[in-house]
Amino acid sequence: MRRAGKVLTWAALSAFALAFIYPFIWLLSASFKPRSEVFDHRILPETFTFDNYIKVWQEAPLALWLVNTLLVTVLAAVTVTLTSAMVAWGFAYFRFPGRNALFGVVLATMMLPGAVTMIPVFLIWNSLGMVGTLTPLWAQNLFGSAFYIFLLRQFFLGLPREPFEAAKIDGANNWKIFTRIAVPLCRPAIAVTLLFEFQTAWTDLMRPLIYLRDSTTFTVPRGLKALLDQFGFGGEWHWEIVMTASVITTIPMIVLFFLGQKHFVRGIATTGSK
Amino acid sequence: MRSTRFIETRAALLFISPWLLGFLIFTAWPVINSAYLSLTDYDVINDPSFIGFDNYVTLFEDPKAGLALRNTFVYTVMSVPAQLVVSLGLALLLNSATKATGFFRTAFFLPKMTPPVAVGILLLMLFNGQNGLINGFLGIFGIDGPAWTTDPAWVKPGLVLMSLWTVGSSVVIILAALRGVPQELYDSALVDGAGWWRRTLRITVPMISPTLFFLFIVDSINALQSFTEAYTAFFGAGNTTYGNDAALFYAIYLFQQAFEFLHMGYASALAWLLFVVIMAITAVQILVTRRFVHYEGGKP
Repeated sequence: MRRAGKVLTWAALSAFALAFIYPFIWLLSASFKPRSEVFDHRILPETFTFDNYIKVWQEAPLALWLVNTLLVTVLAAVTVTLTSAMVAWGFAYFRFPGRNALFGVVLATMMLPGAVTMIPVFLIWNSLGMVGTLTPLWAQNLFGSAFYIFLLRQFFLGLPREPFEAAKIDGANNWKIFTRIAVPLCRPAIAVTLLFEFQTAWTDLMRPLIYLRDSTTFTVPRGLKALLDQFGFGGEWHWEIVMTASVITTIPMIVLFFLGQKHFVRGIATTGSK
Repeated sequence: MRSTRFIETRAALLFISPWLLGFLIFTAWPVINSAYLSLTDYDVINDPSFIGFDNYVTLFEDPKAGLALRNTFVYTVMSVPAQLVVSLGLALLLNSATKATGFFRTAFFLPKMTPPVAVGILLLMLFNGQNGLINGFLGIFGIDGPAWTTDPAWVKPGLVLMSLWTVGSSVVIILAALRGVPQELYDSALVDGAGWWRRTLRITVPMISPTLFFLFIVDSINALQSFTEAYTAFFGAGNTTYGNDAALFYAIYLFQQAFEFLHMGYASALAWLLFVVIMAITAVQILVTRRFVHYEGGKP
């Protein structure tokens, strides 16, 4: 009976795993098929071709989009991690009047739907003449982000206090204590923050839709939407181009996952255990 | 003499100053400004003109706003329970497997890495009524699948099914909670002769109910703000299905009003209604479900 149960569990897991992985295989395979065979549902293309990859490169400024996205993503991830760690340390290490009330405000901002601030924030960037540039896609991260402040503070609170007290007695100033002791001890949480924000910034569509006008400034997701509108809906029905561009947009995220799998899984598991 | 308390407070304020500044510029001021704008007629080019509560009156008379709100409710009511059941099921399966759990967990999680815009495109491909993969699969069993992407009655079910593909992070969160359930509880239940279903319903689900409750709230808040997948698949320049009413979610309508029609005042009013709706729904959920949530060692 227990043996039968195990076999059944395994069979169910395999079936679900196949269902979850299959769309990737299907998409990847379609990107190597000529236009007429895209929807034939074969796993291995009958006619194997690289043409779609060449064509998508010719039809769209894909290299530029990739550079734009990488720039935004790196700036977004690095700045948000640095400042969120600083702020989190401020809330975790020091005791000061109003600390809990202020941290309550941090948590409350997480509850505020983005829609409420979306328009006034757009007006701020508009008045600074930055609409149409990449700056609004990342610059807000210079001020940290509530979710990461929360995540990093939890981690800092779990650290023993002795090494910091010892360093203080040895005459280290607050900045040194933070950069030399706290940050190195917090490396796993910092990795989680970097990875999460890298994914968030890379995959975002709404902000590029709001802020980017000229196709030379597009990020890859914004460009992919433009390709869909042109080649998918726009009467051209070149779905193979759209699929190939989808593959190119997705692959960096798959690579990112395998590079940081351990951190991703642990990071996500901790967000649910409040 | 300056007290150590003063010095510590000053140091703390320096550390949290980036957030304080960002909060004032990008949250506090926008919230105030948004409340003001919602009482104006504003198109970015001309100065806002104060019109009192006209936008809110319009809102209740605007059939599209009502439609968008209904669509969003229907999608939330369908997708959130479905996501919870599927992620709980997958996590339970993973938890009872002994080998290769790492491989399966990766398989379930990977779709979550797909950019939502690509998920929207995959939706169009996989659920295509004529030659999509889903209907091809249904065809094996002799089922003539619907036109998921064009038939208004099937657009939302298609979006719900597609959203099940990206439950990976919920699976990981539930799995972590399952691993935290003390083994002794199961041992004593086994001695009592309780079967798998009984153990799951009487021990597992109550023990992880705080996690399920957390996901229920968070998933609902996210579903009420759904945008990217539906926008990608059904809206935007050149889309022949533009105005596909069945996929018009509230966040999409708000986006159109603000950035396509430049009705900034009206869109601000729409945003505040969304805020009130989300708060009200979350409050009701907390009040209703609190009785079913079991906290080890009392309420936190």
